[in-house]
Amino acid sequence: MSEAKGWDRNGIAARAAQELRDGWYVNLGIGIPTLVANYIPEGVNVTLQSENGMLGMGPFPFEGEEDPDLINAGKQTITELPQTAYFDSAQSFAMIRGGKIAMAILGAMEVAENGDLANWMIPGKLVKGMGGAMDLVAGVGRVVVVMDHTSKHGESKVLKECTLPLTGKAVVNRIITNLGVLDVVPGGLKLVELAPGVSEDEFRTATEATLV
Amino acid sequence: MNKVYPTAAAALEGKLRDGMLIAAGGFGLCGIPELLITAIRDSGVKGLTVASNNAGVDGFGLGQLLETRQVKKMISSYVGENAEFMRQYLSGELELEFNPQGTLAERMRAGGAGIPGFYTATGVGTVIAEGKEHHDFDGRTYILERGLVADLAIVKAWKADPSGNLVFRKTARNFNVPAATCGKFCVVEVEEVVPMGSLDPDTIHLPGIYVHRIVQGTHEKRIEQRTVRKREAV
Repeated sequence: MSEAKGWDRNGIAARAAQELRDGWYVNLGIGIPTLVANYIPEGVNVTLQSENGMLGMGPFPFEGEEDPDLINAGKQTITELPQTAYFDSAQSFAMIRGGKIAMAILGAMEVAENGDLANWMIPGKLVKGMGGAMDLVAGVGRVVVVMDHTSKHGESKVLKECTLPLTGKAVVNRIITNLGVLDVVPGGLKLVELAPGVSEDEFRTATEATLV
Repeated sequence: MNKVYPTAAAALEGKLRDGMLIAAGGFGLCGIPELLITAIRDSGVKGLTVASNNAGVDGFGLGQLLETRQVKKMISSYVGENAEFMRQYLSGELELEFNPQGTLAERMRAGGAGIPGFYTATGVGTVIAEGKEHHDFDGRTYILERGLVADLAIVKAWKADPSGNLVFRKTARNFNVPAATCGKFCVVEVEEVVPMGSLDPDTIHLPGIYVHRIVQGTHEKRIEQRTVRKREAV
């Protein structure tokens, strides 16, 4: 597969931003999901939730204006907006678990055709923790996953069944990869859109999951 | 009523013992009780179980108690910033109980509110659910999680009055509120103790009933990920 084909990290983020709707409260995960904030469409007003206790997350501060008391869930320094509200962690996850957040956009290590998501642990190798990901996928209205379609070795990460410990069971609604967009539907995954320059054959070859 | 003590060590006097369960506030290095953590290190108390969302970084925050092997077990949601933690965990020296972040926050909140358990959909179908009671409500499956009550809560706030009414600043509130409420005894460090009556009663984030002792001090407030944007050229 040629490098020029499909979306790069910013392309995936820009495509994911098209999922946002005016008036929504949204939680963006760490990595590519954070980049989504740079591509929010004109006229779409979304409020970003940061699960460490903030609604109305603003951009990074100007140099010299960093505040150690003002960070996002990735521990990065950020700023507040006129509509910002702060709250404690129990309140933060009450609004997540309570279904008040319309959408979460998260990264993934693996995703399966029934909507299973694995993004927190590689046994024996990577022991970092799930943070708020398990609460988010169980609680928010809609879960969109952004990820590379295949591993560095070319193996599909869009699988019939996840091999890694799960973050959530049957929780994913839509998958956006460097090669295209998939929806989780009864019986498997449905191809919604191909990334620029990617053929359906190439897409199918890179996908282990059942396409319906 | 005056709950103010002169030093972090004095504020912890008589309240530390080996093998106890401590709940700590903070998210990453934001809003951590750094003075109380250092005083706990200096006390030499050991065999601790610490419930805290994160485990600090090497040499700062709870990382200090890991370096000195004073922690037996951590209850956390994310420990990725700490190489010493990873080393001790992978070699079997340190026990680790992963809790999803919202489950940990709610365990503390529930424990402090007299609720011994609650059902949540978080973690259903994952390793977190193994061995836990499952129950269906209205067609959805939930697992039973336990309220958490700590022997001691250590918390960082922005301001306190002498009665222990607390105000936090921006995202430094985080786990400090639920951690404070779940402690049988709660010690708070603040940047400023303000005179009684100077806090607007309508803007108090945590009422003093949850707070037993207060210490004022200077905080390093280390930044974990310094991210900035460039100013537009004029």
